[in-house]
Amino acid sequence: MTDLTKLTMAEARDGLAKKTFTALELTDAFITAIEKANPALNAYVLQTPEHARVQAKDSDKRIAAGSARPLEGLPIGNKDLFCTRGIRTTACSNILGEFHPTYESTVGQNLWDAGAVMLGKLNNDEFAMGSSNETSAFGNVVSPWRRKGKDGKLSTDKLVPGGSSGGSSAAVAAGLCLAATATDTGGSIRQPAALTGTVGIKPTYGRCSRWGIVAFASSLDQAGPIGKTVRDAAIMLKAMASHDLKDTTSVDAPVPDYEAVLGKGVKGLRVGIPREYRVEGMSPEIQKLWDDGIAWLKSAGATIHDISLPHTKYALPAYYIVAPAECSSNLARYDGVRYGLRVNGDNLIDTYENTRHQGFGKEVRRRILIGTYVLSAGYYDAYYLKAQKVRTLIKRDFDEAWNKVDVVLTPTTPSPAFAFGEKTGDPLAMYLEDIFTVTVNMAGLPGMSVPGGLSSEGTPLGLQLIGKPFDEETLFRTAQVIEDAAGRLSVPDAWWMKG
Amino acid sequence: MNSQKVAEKPKSKNFIEGATGDWEVIIGLEVHAQVASNSKLFSGSSTGFGAPPNSHVSLVDAAMPGMLPVINRECVAQAIRTGLGLKAQINTKSVFDRKNYFYPDLPQGYQISQYKQPIVGEGEVEITVDGEMLTVGVERLHLEQDAGKSLHDQHPDYSYVDLNRSGVALMEIVSKPDLRSSKQAQAYVTKLRSILRYLGTSDGDMDKGNLRADVNVSVRKPGDKLGTRCEIKNVNSIRFIGQAIEYEARRQIDIIEDGGKIDQETRLFDAAKGETRSMRSKEEAHDYRYFPDPDLLPLEFSNDYVEELKSKLPELPDEKRARFIESFGLSAYDADVLVAERASADYFEKVAGGRDGKVAANWVINELFGRLNKEGKAIEDSPVSSAQLGAIVDLIGSNAISGKIAKDLFEIVWTEGGDPAEIVDKRGMKQVTDTGAIEKAVDAIIAANPEKVEQAKAKPSMLGWFVGQVMKSTGGKANPAAVNDILKAKLGI
Amino acid sequence: MQVDEATVRRIARLARIKISDAEAKGLEKELSGILDWVAQLDEVDTSNVEPMTRVVAQKLKMRDDVVTDGEIAEQIVANAPLAEDNFFVVPKVVE
Repeated sequence: MTDLTKLTMAEARDGLAKKTFTALELTDAFITAIEKANPALNAYVLQTPEHARVQAKDSDKRIAAGSARPLEGLPIGNKDLFCTRGIRTTACSNILGEFHPTYESTVGQNLWDAGAVMLGKLNNDEFAMGSSNETSAFGNVVSPWRRKGKDGKLSTDKLVPGGSSGGSSAAVAAGLCLAATATDTGGSIRQPAALTGTVGIKPTYGRCSRWGIVAFASSLDQAGPIGKTVRDAAIMLKAMASHDLKDTTSVDAPVPDYEAVLGKGVKGLRVGIPREYRVEGMSPEIQKLWDDGIAWLKSAGATIHDISLPHTKYALPAYYIVAPAECSSNLARYDGVRYGLRVNGDNLIDTYENTRHQGFGKEVRRRILIGTYVLSAGYYDAYYLKAQKVRTLIKRDFDEAWNKVDVVLTPTTPSPAFAFGEKTGDPLAMYLEDIFTVTVNMAGLPGMSVPGGLSSEGTPLGLQLIGKPFDEETLFRTAQVIEDAAGRLSVPDAWWMKG
Repeated sequence: MNSQKVAEKPKSKNFIEGATGDWEVIIGLEVHAQVASNSKLFSGSSTGFGAPPNSHVSLVDAAMPGMLPVINRECVAQAIRTGLGLKAQINTKSVFDRKNYFYPDLPQGYQISQYKQPIVGEGEVEITVDGEMLTVGVERLHLEQDAGKSLHDQHPDYSYVDLNRSGVALMEIVSKPDLRSSKQAQAYVTKLRSILRYLGTSDGDMDKGNLRADVNVSVRKPGDKLGTRCEIKNVNSIRFIGQAIEYEARRQIDIIEDGGKIDQETRLFDAAKGETRSMRSKEEAHDYRYFPDPDLLPLEFSNDYVEELKSKLPELPDEKRARFIESFGLSAYDADVLVAERASADYFEKVAGGRDGKVAANWVINELFGRLNKEGKAIEDSPVSSAQLGAIVDLIGSNAISGKIAKDLFEIVWTEGGDPAEIVDKRGMKQVTDTGAIEKAVDAIIAANPEKVEQAKAKPSMLGWFVGQVMKSTGGKANPAAVNDILKAKLGI
Repeated sequence: MQVDEATVRRIARLARIKISDAEAKGLEKELSGILDWVAQLDEVDTSNVEPMTRVVAQKLKMRDDVVTDGEIAEQIVANAPLAEDNFFVVPKVVE
């Protein structure tokens, strides 16, 4: 039998429908792969094979009865930010300890209601704060990709899979699930997708419910899928999105059939190229990637337009005020009183301080302190209020751009995957990873990363598409054109399976 | 707006005498009232009192990871209604802010409240103290979550936390610092409570903790600028509010007169000792880091919605009081007594309907309330219904019974119940109004007492004795007025 | 913008996170660096700009005043580090 883990989600769906294999066989193939690969990659922080098998068997019954649901029997990985009923959920932090939620996230429930099978919980940067998955309490995730060294040979340097959804992107790229759930606050779906040659979409703010997802920054967080192909991402997003009465920031609008638009092409589509994204010192290969993207869309019938998004460079500093501010408040509930870790102290305050010092990692503590500072007495106007005003200007830039264009094309990241430790010396160096992606969260727009080519080191590069609110359909059909032209990127050698 | 101005007169009866002269007390109140609703402000748990620990708690109330607030529309309506009852500015756009601090009974590590843009703006409350009317300004009203409860006395080293109350909707009503005496403060809280109960927006039950006040007190020499104030937190009875203000004002005056200065601080009222004392948790002054709650969009509603709520408001105490005075000819004092509680006012109106309002008021206030107070009963538990009391008033009005007999009748109905008219019939309590019969009785007494008849000609006050005799001879049933008239005529006085 | 050690300690206390002396020193530098960097927002003229108060263009949705939740005390304390008779138990608060 062909290696089932190499199938795309759409192909697996097809195979199950044609009864080429059973859901249980499909799930078992992934369980075996994970057992073998996880010691090397550390993509999963919790494997749930028995749970998965129960779900798969149920799927087989339904398929046999002719009542298969949209994702029936399709195995996926679930980022450990999504609360799973009765199954440990940690946000990859020590402070949640052995927290077993008594509830399921709405997005998760949507997927299980559609018949998907959960293989396990995926690794991520602690509390979704990071761009390399180097801050997880469970240790780093290793990207399945390797880069060419200076001698032209493949180096064994461990590369980052991006973050915060590093477990999700690595697992999909390494064939350890058909697709994965992820979240994006400043780029945490798109950047890891770009670094691993996978497809990731952060939908419009409000498209997916945030209920049951460990909150980082409430006005920026959004759930979305990472998949092997544009079609797979479409299948996933259709199942994940919904209006939720328990989340009043979720939108009451029907979820379109994203798959249906994939072949529609981009004839007559107006594509905007924002000049401010051409940052100083941008590497030639990123520029080439961008030019390739422009050429592909042009030859498919789109028109290319130069646009200006004047406040682009202020998005990142504004983000690093708003996100820490909101997180400092959202993470106040982790105090050792009702769940998670408690480290006893001499008295109550001591207990709080010990618990939160030991429970939170360095990056999380840093962001909580920044957030606390910018909200504190005397600083609110200068920082938080100012940043929220800049945010209005960033959104306004896009609102004006939509008068001229229908979609915006940029590179996803300023560089390809780097190795462990290369950017951890200075927090700012790491923050700059998000320079192309944060504008999208700040404006509440949908953004997608689709593979565009390989770097000179042989590692993936991604192209980012930014769309109008709730116009994910335009992103999907445009991404499809890019994918058709660029082709899929696959890791040449599955070294992580060799033990 | 007509709030009492800062005293320009050199003398006020509210001034407190100190060793160095007169002092003026400035009082402002922040009243927290629990909103009358079935479920909490941002979650679907019950607001019911006295439930087992953590049983009225949802995942949202317990601040589990990933939980989000959803606002209760009835709580919003209740706040608007209260604002209308305070004749206040209703803000059709307001914002919820997070007030961040750590405490075990605050599971989120922040309280959802309203800081810069509350749902209700400036309003006013009219009070009457010692016959003098005064308008007290209201600064604002906002919605916020209540916190849970910690029990500190169950164990020497541990506190026990129950989140049942956590997330219940509160209205915080902030007065302007217009109050100048403990009596005024008490009257203000009493009136505020009455308005809330009339509107049904809070039951104002201070015993249950559904209404409590933070009392801000400062003192100054009349005409000086405002002194440093201290806040006395969570005072939970009208009586204690008065005591706390008296004690605190005196405490501050003594300190200043001794040459000291007042530290701005938060204090607690110790009911057992009748004193205020400083709260021991001397942490850094709270920096609450308020910012708009990113999980909640701004709260918006239309003016039409406000008008709709306004059109359905019940009549408020001040309006009812004015109407009672005008329609029923009641005195201001009587009207005040009747409208203090809506249930009392409703009872009175049923009795007064189609009858003499003054008579009805007299019976309700003096007979009924007097008796209820004596037995510690609330009007809702009155053994005499408004229908029954009305029937008694009817019997007096039709001259079927005298006033004195009516009191006996009231007593019978109170203790035994029953239909007053039937009781009068069965027990032969009817008044004798037949002038012929009365004349006969009068003639009999006159005939039996010729010397007294002579004395009465010189001393008209002896009429009283004759009246008494006639009443006795008729078993108290003769109509006293008729007896009076006939006697006067026959005695020639 | 220099954030000094006293400020770092005050912020850490507000955030209820213990920090060692060494950490305080390190954080002084890091936080100052980050705050210096975000200060570039001062270049932006926001004099007539409203802060972003909503990301989704919709009104705040409300729910009806019906009891739909609660009565799950065991679930509520299920993950508590210390609980008794469905109370959360914590080290004593000094009032």
